[in-house]
Amino acid sequence: MLTRLLGLLALGAATVFAAAPDTARAEPLRIVIDDPTIEPLPFAVPSFQPESGEAGQLAVDIARVVSDDLTGTGLFREIPASAYISTVSDFNAPVEYADWKAINAQALITGAVNVTGNSVNVKFRVYDVFSGEELLDASGQGGLQFSGTVDGWRRMAHKVADAVYSRITGEGGYFDSRVVFVSETGPKDNRQKRLAVMDYDGANLKYLTESGSIVLAPRFSPSGDRVLYTSYESGFPRIYVLDIGTVQRRALQSAEGSMAFAPRFSPSGQTVVYSLSQGGNTDIYSMDINSGQSVRLTNTPAIETAPSFSPDGSQIVFESDRSGSPQLYVMPATGGEATRISFGEGRYGTPVWSPRGDLVAFTKQNKGRFHIGVMRLDGSEERLLTASFLDEGPTWAPNGRVIMFARETQGAGGSSSLYSVDISGRNLKPVRTPEGGSDPSWSPLQD
Amino acid sequence: MKRILTSTLLISALAVSACTNPDRFGADGMGGANAGAGVNAGVVPGSANDPTSTAYFQQAVGDRVLFLVDQSTLTDEGRATLDGQVAWLQANSDYQAVIEGHADEQGTREYNIALGGRRANAVREYMISRGIAASRLKTISYGKERPIEICSAEACYAKNRRAVTVLAGGALTS
Repeated sequence: MLTRLLGLLALGAATVFAAAPDTARAEPLRIVIDDPTIEPLPFAVPSFQPESGEAGQLAVDIARVVSDDLTGTGLFREIPASAYISTVSDFNAPVEYADWKAINAQALITGAVNVTGNSVNVKFRVYDVFSGEELLDASGQGGLQFSGTVDGWRRMAHKVADAVYSRITGEGGYFDSRVVFVSETGPKDNRQKRLAVMDYDGANLKYLTESGSIVLAPRFSPSGDRVLYTSYESGFPRIYVLDIGTVQRRALQSAEGSMAFAPRFSPSGQTVVYSLSQGGNTDIYSMDINSGQSVRLTNTPAIETAPSFSPDGSQIVFESDRSGSPQLYVMPATGGEATRISFGEGRYGTPVWSPRGDLVAFTKQNKGRFHIGVMRLDGSEERLLTASFLDEGPTWAPNGRVIMFARETQGAGGSSSLYSVDISGRNLKPVRTPEGGSDPSWSPLQD
Repeated sequence: MKRILTSTLLISALAVSACTNPDRFGADGMGGANAGAGVNAGVVPGSANDPTSTAYFQQAVGDRVLFLVDQSTLTDEGRATLDGQVAWLQANSDYQAVIEGHADEQGTREYNIALGGRRANAVREYMISRGIAASRLKTISYGKERPIEICSAEACYAKNRRAVTVLAGGALTS
């Protein structure tokens, strides 16, 4: 029954299935993310079982990262090990459901880790404690295993957490992903900026450029291996493409005397949309990344910038002040007539199409405050998720459920840092970075 | 891991464009001495008292104009400053200029780059209309990346919404 219902329960229902009496439980273990009044679901994740001599520490660490991933969503609450009645000493032993039920653990996650040389194998299972069954994925699969290297152990923990998250929410996961952003140090009038890439949770940070010149707004390629960004290293703003693995970069073609910025990949990774400013006028162009040939997509005296493709590549949402103030518009990916979609009070910018295709995230400026918000593609159901002195530059988690953005604090000592928030407006929290941060771009899920 | 080797070049390039870099004053001082052969004895070449110096341009002529919120239209005061810049550039024809457009921190990064581009271009177009050759004038926008005042209040924002004319001696540019 569990597996059948997993596929059927879609968004929109608004119930958290609380612990039910043993036999009367009719509903599967399920969190519906859109529920605005959600209570975090209690779960237990005992340290995984080491199945080889060298696996002891990793078995502990992987369970910790799984727990951190789930807890960090705000949708789950870990029951501390000190409350456990049972211990798990064998991955394949029957689960003592009564012991986990007694401490109100609705989900139980068990796992085992095997290390051979530099290879790690991680197995896991998820149990619906109150129905006394293993929780399977949408295809009826139960226990899964992932293999990788010892150095990449965190990715295996993220993959386990993604699978657990998916089984319980019915949504895709987002933990095995990375974020490229601008790392910032120094005061506002001497801000040093360099590109950095890290795991979504701030681990494994690596710098990609030096801080000698201004760098802005890095954007992941659809395959997550390259980054487009704007740099002043030539003296003028130009667009560069950087290979994350080799850290090699090259400038894309741009006309003498022009400024190119705000690039973003098409879903195919073959085309780049960007803004080109010439003679004081900024329009949107698209470039074939291999040939360097550009096509002009907008042609007005207004500022047109911040283009972002729809997930199917057929349309572009962008920002224009052709109406007198910056607003959001949608046009065909080949250019042509644009339709205005933002009509609320204030100024709208930096639209980003959700990877699910259903929403646009944006920056809104109104009455001296900044907001990150989402709206449907026809401009309806606008929802502001944040409010502060300066929030800006949203980027979507791969599952389209969470948004990361930059928040700059007010005043002479102001600094910028990264935050994330659910599209429900819940779970606003800082993202851990060693320095200040701005302009985040979230990668797709890794392979 | 490969490192980016050009960073020192970049820093040098930025330093050349920065109006407060002492090396530039040194270089300009020499240029000023050559160009200013007719200047009265007693004026230190390259100083703010030397009308052919970049220091004079910055301090006496005024190297910047300010803009209203979200505007790129020149004010009367701005046009008066630019008339002085035009006269100076006509008298010192071996100089070129890069006009830097800037915005205050209110507004998104992308929009502010475009807005700074509008402001720089407004200055350039005005100078061209007053007779400066287009080939002597380049523009760049820094958006909100380079504020000179750092408070989050209109007193600072007003000074950050600016276009600055940064001189480059003929000998310094190819």
